Amino acid sequence: MSPDDETPITRWGKRLGVLIAARTAARAAAQRTPVPPGVGGRQSDGGGSEVDPSTRTVPASPRAEALVAGLLLLAAGFAFAFTVIYIVLSGDTQLLGIALGGALCLLAAACIVAGKFVVPQETAVQERGLLLDEEQTEEVVEMIERGGQGISRRALLAGAGGVAGAAVVTAAATPLASLGPTLSSLHETPWARGIRLVDDEASPYLAADIQIGTFYTALPENSDPEAFGAGLLVVRLPAEFIHLPAARRDWAPRGILAYSKICPHAGCAISLYRYPTYAPTSQVPAFTCPCHYSTFLPGEGGRLIFGPAGRALPQLPLMVDSQGYLRAAGPFYEDIGPSWWGVRRSES
Amino acid sequence: VNPIDRYVHRRFVRASRAAEQRVGLAAGIKWTLRYVFPDHWSFLLGEIALYAFIVLVGTGIFLTLYYIPSDTQVIYHGSYPLLQGEQMSEAYRSVLDLSLNVPAGLLFRQVHHWAADVFIASIVLHLMRIFFTGAYRKPRDLNYFIGLTMLMLAILEGFAGYSLVDDLLSGMGLAIAYSVAISIPFVGGQLATLIWGGPFPGSSTFWPRLEIVHVLLIPAALAVLITLHLAMIVRQHHSQFPGPGRRERNVVGTPAWPAYALRSIGLLLAVAGVLFLLGGLIQINPIWQWGPYHPYLSENGAQPDWYIGWLIGALRLMPNWELVIAGRTVIPNPFWGGVAFPLFVFAVMFAWPSIERKFTGDLRRHDLLDRPRDRPLRTAIGAAFLSWVVIVFAVGSTDRIFYRLGVSYTLQIHVWRAGIWIIPIVVFFIARSACRSLQRSGAHPLRAWQGAVVRRGPDGRVEVLADSPDRVVPPATEPPVGTVPGHEFKESPRRRPRGCAE
Repeated sequence: MSPDDETPITRWGKRLGVLIAARTAARAAAQRTPVPPGVGGRQSDGGGSEVDPSTRTVPASPRAEALVAGLLLLAAGFAFAFTVIYIVLSGDTQLLGIALGGALCLLAAACIVAGKFVVPQETAVQERGLLLDEEQTEEVVEMIERGGQGISRRALLAGAGGVAGAAVVTAAATPLASLGPTLSSLHETPWARGIRLVDDEASPYLAADIQIGTFYTALPENSDPEAFGAGLLVVRLPAEFIHLPAARRDWAPRGILAYSKICPHAGCAISLYRYPTYAPTSQVPAFTCPCHYSTFLPGEGGRLIFGPAGRALPQLPLMVDSQGYLRAAGPFYEDIGPSWWGVRRSES
Repeated sequence: VNPIDRYVHRRFVRASRAAEQRVGLAAGIKWTLRYVFPDHWSFLLGEIALYAFIVLVGTGIFLTLYYIPSDTQVIYHGSYPLLQGEQMSEAYRSVLDLSLNVPAGLLFRQVHHWAADVFIASIVLHLMRIFFTGAYRKPRDLNYFIGLTMLMLAILEGFAGYSLVDDLLSGMGLAIAYSVAISIPFVGGQLATLIWGGPFPGSSTFWPRLEIVHVLLIPAALAVLITLHLAMIVRQHHSQFPGPGRRERNVVGTPAWPAYALRSIGLLLAVAGVLFLLGGLIQINPIWQWGPYHPYLSENGAQPDWYIGWLIGALRLMPNWELVIAGRTVIPNPFWGGVAFPLFVFAVMFAWPSIERKFTGDLRRHDLLDRPRDRPLRTAIGAAFLSWVVIVFAVGSTDRIFYRLGVSYTLQIHVWRAGIWIIPIVVFFIARSACRSLQRSGAHPLRAWQGAVVRRGPDGRVEVLADSPDRVVPPATEPPVGTVPGHEFKESPRRRPRGCAE
């Protein structure tokens, strides 16, 4: 039987439907039957545990057997179709899924119908053994302890064994240290005074390229862009939004500011920037990290105004060279990236 | 008897004798065939987890044959036009090729991903069943601890699995994982550099490490623990709900052979079948849309797999506290949500059996399960604790709620920061009164009304007018007894016609 052989499928489907409907109806009827008061087999509270729930019925149902056979053959058809689809259609994902998933579901249906309507149905009672057998336990303890008969310096031996064990385990664990370098300066960045800011295709940014109202991602020239501290956020702000601390007054030539792109909370790249479109009602420009929504003000030295970050966004001092290119005017004066025990925090 | 049957029977006897002469297992096989499984749907949740694990191993073997654990940067020239000329890691390219060029590759990858989600979901539901029916009590407390350990390993395993792909989404996840590792007080920095082989994004040895953790170390640990879990169940037998003829010292249900074996194999095939239908028809993690990861890139509105949602939620909900003493950042912020919160949740679950024992003084062995209503205090505490975790989980979707419904993100965070302490208290009282009311009424929340209608005559005698036929009759000989005030076991009125108890 093949899967596109319509009539038998419909017939088997109907039989299955009838079977399920009949069973449901029978169950519902059984539940609705009112038990006349004072009559019926319901056990009294005291006698509940004396009930023997064991039953065994042998169904001998040729119709159920035929249904199982039909389901099995249909499953074979689907499984065969999987191979055909794999070879002929070079693996269309949807069709492959339907074929193999369908075959497995039909096999499942065959097993469940067989388990419920073809084989003998039995409710059995099995006794649980005791887990704790006092005598056995005592014997085990005694047998083990007998192995130490005649030893006089028990504590010494146990102590020495413990020390040896601990030393060997330590020795075995020590090479784990070679998995990583010894912790030194964790988040060195490629940024230093004079390094030009380039875009992700390595062409350098002119100060004139930086427009108000959007942000730019900058990377260090001639340096690994995959380094954690490589990425920068660059924005230009009008003077009214810039309120940097006194020490950073000359970090923003022509109103252009640069910050580490790595959020000091959990290390994601910050990629949301809000810029006021209508000054009277909008809020000041801000960066937001898309992972946990820490929000920082580029106009105020990266101050955090919302979210879980425990530090401000690190700022990189900028300068514009004689040809108009943007360059770093120094390194980062604090650590970029997430906080840790030895993180270098900004003074402000 | 027809000759074919007779022939088959003879061959079967001969084969059995041959096997018996060599290994002699007849007694064990007889015992196995007669092993009794109680019939209750909630006992299948653990089986679903087991069967999802089998699907994971099968599909996972296929995937390992194609995956390359390497961060070497290459330029893509494959079949997907939108990524032509992009720089990416070899790992990401190998998964792209597996998904787009290998016949049935995408099917197996998507089935694997769906199976992981179903695996952990069924473990969590199974855990809830174990908790609310008191199945973690002696003698099953050890097995409960094994189950909790497996849940922790499964979450780690799932996270390692989707991190291997090195697409933009998984790279962001690894950056967060690194931040969480580095945030552990005192040792975090060294620990993270050990795991990653250096500061983030790590050395090139990190990728083979992550792969071996995902395809060997954690799966092997899970396989060992699953074996222990099942061996322990077989030794103790399944627990069961109270019912006619069911006692602490017996199990009533379907023997393994033949009916239960067929049904359980049916469940295995059904789990696999549904997973293949999901994997074939419902797209999951379309990595070619995310693009390759670079530390300076990220994606907006990204959501992790569901079982990481509670950790994202905890990281988002936490105020920006960092403990700084004398210039040293002792507790960096991600520690709260990424380490302290999940450890606390698991610590509470590990400690619960002994906490309960301390309050009830109940040291006896229990093989009959409680219905949740019969232990209002436990059920209420469990529901409150669950709601506490579920709120944190829901906070993981606050950005999606903002995008979809326009509810302000900051407002949501402020509301949940209060709600997380108020809602569990409300849930506690609702759950407790629901339990008590169910005990009184005898109704089943999911079934039709069950109980008895009685009339008290002028002489004070009570007459039963109507009674539902399948009410549970409790075992009168071994009533479970508790000793905590407000937690005493009262024989539920459901077990007696209403009005008779007083």
